[in-house]
Amino acid sequence: MFRLRNEVAAQRILDSIRKEDVNLRFMHVCGTHQDTLVRFGLDPMLREVGIEIRQGPGCPVCVTTTAEVANAIALAEAGRTIAVFGDMLKVPTPIGSLGDAKARGHDVRIVYSVEDAVRLSSEVKHMVFMGIGFETTSPTTAAVMVEKLPDNFSVYSCHRLLPPALHAIINMGEFRIDGLIEPGHVSAIIGVDPYQVFSTKYGIPQVVTGFEPLDLLMAVHMLVKQIKEGRAQVENEYGRLVKKEGNPKAIKLLERVFRPVDSAWRGFPMIPQSAYDLKEEFDDHNARLVHEDVLKDRPPVEEEHRGCRCGEVLRGIIESHECPAFGKGCTPRYPMGPCMVSREGGCNIAFRYQGKM
Amino acid sequence: MCLAVPGKVTSIDGNQADVDFGGVVRKVNVSLVEATVGEWVVVHAGFAIEKMDEEEAKETLELWNDLLDQEEEL
Repeated sequence: MFRLRNEVAAQRILDSIRKEDVNLRFMHVCGTHQDTLVRFGLDPMLREVGIEIRQGPGCPVCVTTTAEVANAIALAEAGRTIAVFGDMLKVPTPIGSLGDAKARGHDVRIVYSVEDAVRLSSEVKHMVFMGIGFETTSPTTAAVMVEKLPDNFSVYSCHRLLPPALHAIINMGEFRIDGLIEPGHVSAIIGVDPYQVFSTKYGIPQVVTGFEPLDLLMAVHMLVKQIKEGRAQVENEYGRLVKKEGNPKAIKLLERVFRPVDSAWRGFPMIPQSAYDLKEEFDDHNARLVHEDVLKDRPPVEEEHRGCRCGEVLRGIIESHECPAFGKGCTPRYPMGPCMVSREGGCNIAFRYQGKM
Repeated sequence: MCLAVPGKVTSIDGNQADVDFGGVVRKVNVSLVEATVGEWVVVHAGFAIEKMDEEEAKETLELWNDLLDQEEEL
């Protein structure tokens, strides 16, 4: 039986890459891919056969800006209940973290799903769900928006779109990208087509892949093969989940509920059409409007903690251990930036598994 | 965040389904997919985001086997 974690198969894939005698740099944009790469020790194995893989802006908690987190804290301080995914709690800002706000007695709830936040609305005066995440997560927010909602429920949408960030990182041209490993679960929603432009316009080979060690190794193998054969295409290794057209039901919901807007990302300048705000039809549940009194005229916040190089980690320019603060001033217990907070952040992953590296 | 876990649908009531994750059964919102009892879905943040295609899964494994066999022969 051939299994997804078959070590013999893994070795054979690595051997076949070694035979190609390459020196290539690929980028992926997914915290779960980074977790697989580091947890299973694939990263050093791939370096030995000439493949370096960098994590791009693929951690939703990490790319959420300090200003957005500070706004959520301001809402909590103004008596609103904030519901967030657990990973957001410790992200530091100049006015503390959401966790600090909770410790000071403000109402910050950790939820597993947007549906939890809707349910909790009956217990509180004002419920604000802080919606973060890429196209994997935004359809879940969209799904509740089209249902009957409690009057006191609103969404502070910080959802991001992945393809515009890929455009940005390629256009910034800060380092060479020989191939892109595209995220399986974002792709399950958006399909394969949104990536085509990066192959046709920029000549970058791409593979959509899953999260098992062999999925990632196969993706690397497929990219090397494309390069050796002089091809630049989008191939789908994760056909067991990802369809070419994606999930049409989810795409339709996204189009009904959200409109793309220009947005800053941590580590990036403004990226055009890269975030989702709610459409006008949902104004009564848009926290930016419902709680405008709290959010307007907020003082600007410094985006990065001095000494934190999270922005460069997110652009793939440096690796976590190249940041002088890594493991010293900055640890998961006392993080200086979100890359050390989130379990999808490159620094957090490197710190947790460094014993295995 | 984009972590998603496969599980098998054991019952459906409107948008809510019971999904079995290797022995642990949880309520999952299935409004984003057309799932039926007995099918596998991949679940993220309480929602099934897509169905897992059993035939495709088998094909992937066969493809890998073929590819690796070919390289073994070279």
